[in-house]
Amino acid sequence: MRSFQQRLADFNTRAIRVVAISVDAPEVTRQHCQKLGFTYTFLSDPNAEVIRRYDLLHQGGGPKGADIARPAEFLIDSTGTIRWINLTDSVTVRARPEQVLKAYDDLKPAAPTGA
Amino acid sequence: MKRRWNFSVWAGFLLVVLGLVSYVTFFVRFPITRDFPWANLLLFFAGAVLLGKGLIRSFRQPELYRGKILGSILAAVSLAGIGFFAYGLFYLVRQLPSSAAAPRLGQKAPDFTLPDQNGKPVTLAELLASPSAGTAGARANGVLLIFYRGYW
Repeated sequence: MRSFQQRLADFNTRAIRVVAISVDAPEVTRQHCQKLGFTYTFLSDPNAEVIRRYDLLHQGGGPKGADIARPAEFLIDSTGTIRWINLTDSVTVRARPEQVLKAYDDLKPAAPTGA
Repeated sequence: MKRRWNFSVWAGFLLVVLGLVSYVTFFVRFPITRDFPWANLLLFFAGAVLLGKGLIRSFRQPELYRGKILGSILAAVSLAGIGFFAYGLFYLVRQLPSSAAAPRLGQKAPDFTLPDQNGKPVTLAELLASPSAGTAGARANGVLLIFYRGYW
């Protein structure tokens, strides 16, 4: 999460909106974002409805057996189409900002420009 | 004759302890040391070498060096700690659901409405309609959804 904040300018220049989603309550996330200086959007899915819809539920994966989201990243283009996916097989290995930026830059020529 | 303090047993043990605590407290912050815990494995290796050296001299020259009993205990504790670390970092972290039914490339991302950190409901369509938080007007070229484990 920190690494995406550090590279946020690179996402802004490409007009890519960075959005994080977890089961944490808005209040918890807001305080955490203030503390760590995160300025992008964090969404709260306490009942894991959207997390389930994306089949990313990690049952009992949280503290005390709580249901949480497994780490995953989706790059969605301006038409709402998924253009890049990263489903890690290890909690410690997450997508890095450079990976996503490169994926976007590699895709760009193929993306519909809406002419 | 007073036997010498077996420095290398203690130094080895301290390196192993450092290897155990430094992943969560420090190395996890940097992708290069988080993705694969090579820094911690190096600490374990250095610790094991020192511990082994100390143990060998305490058994070969018991009249010169202390640490036969304590050294053995520290070695056993270190081994258990390293085993626990390996179990956590090479097995537990990989116990993720397969997410076989997750949306695929080329599909439309399922829409949603969720509250943001200020409690304001946000839809995916709205996210696509503004390129950065607090910026209206131009459409975004894309949205990066990062699902994370939470419990901060």
